Amino acid sequence: MARRALPSIPTGSMADIAFLLLVFWLMTTTLESDSGILRQLPPIEENPDDVIVKKRNVYEVLVNFRNELLVEGDFAQITDLKGGAMEFLTNTGVFTEKPGDEDLTSRTWVRRADVQATINGIEQKIQEAADEDNEKAYKKQLASWQAKMDAIEFFGEYRELVPAAVISLQNDKGTSYNTYIIVQNELAAALRQLRDDLCQKHWQMNYGDFDPENNDDHKRKVLAVRKVFPNKISEAEPKDSRN
Amino acid sequence: MSKFRKGGKKEVGEISTASLPDIVFMLLFFFMIVTVIKEDDPLVKVEQPRATEVTKIEKKELVDYINIGVPQDARFGTEPVIQLDDAIAGLDDIRQWILDNKDERFEAEQPKIVTSLKVDKDAEMGIVGDVKYKLREAEALKILYSTLDDSDE
Repeated sequence: MARRALPSIPTGSMADIAFLLLVFWLMTTTLESDSGILRQLPPIEENPDDVIVKKRNVYEVLVNFRNELLVEGDFAQITDLKGGAMEFLTNTGVFTEKPGDEDLTSRTWVRRADVQATINGIEQKIQEAADEDNEKAYKKQLASWQAKMDAIEFFGEYRELVPAAVISLQNDKGTSYNTYIIVQNELAAALRQLRDDLCQKHWQMNYGDFDPENNDDHKRKVLAVRKVFPNKISEAEPKDSRN
Repeated sequence: MSKFRKGGKKEVGEISTASLPDIVFMLLFFFMIVTVIKEDDPLVKVEQPRATEVTKIEKKELVDYINIGVPQDARFGTEPVIQLDDAIAGLDDIRQWILDNKDERFEAEQPKIVTSLKVDKDAEMGIVGDVKYKLREAEALKILYSTLDDSDE
């Protein structure tokens, strides 16, 4: 016991060091989430009825195997696409059968009285509905009409595109995927821009800032905006024009 | 101090914290081992295109991945092929693959399944279109064109 023992290093802070490591690990391993353009494919119809859609209600975008763009029958550049699609989705002109109006999309007024009447009608049907499946279907309808009513509450009476109106994106089998995504992106950008503008005007927020999953008020707003500017981008079958 | 207080109450000894680091380290190792991100080995070369209008998928457990690109292994050819899970597959395998994936999920979650298409940007739309048609047949209608996020945020 002649030599003095070395003072031991305090291990009290060891736990803190380990905790720091642990926290660092927990924070840095945020799992990389997948991102991309979300789309809904149309179901395959058993007996496809040829729905006749008036040409003025279709915004036709064709991409060929040389990755060239044909929009509404004319050659176009990618940069023109966003503006063109926005114009198609918003144009407020009233279609009359007069010449010069051929390019205007058909729009119908969504009137408060009409919507209210429809809601009342559906509520009546729900009360009378015999089986559960019927009731479910009616409730779905009701939700859709209530979103329209909300839209009127928020923005006033508005004009909606006829249901048949569509942005039709058709590609060739030889179109490169990159071009296809760029075109999809531009069309999505047009829609988002319109929704953003509307939200900015009324709530000083962007459409993407709403949190419809966790906030009922936001959910109402998002559904209302979707009623005014629905997603009209259609996933059409590709054409093969090379053969 | 207590050395000298012989007559006083006997104090309860402090709990030793010497083993605390070990416990925390065990926790740390547990996390490090458990959070292995499950990624299929890519058998095809996929260079994703870029886009700005992207949606982020939060619920990763409801996403199935289809990779389309030129095989890494030249024996499989130089044309883009389809990879499902850990194997290169044909168009006709997609339907069964979708059904199998559906069975693995709870019934309530089945409509929320998203099929993520990870496609090389130089691939042609022909094969993508074929895959899309097979997905429609299998009623897997929610798809994600997986892209790199190029938005400002």
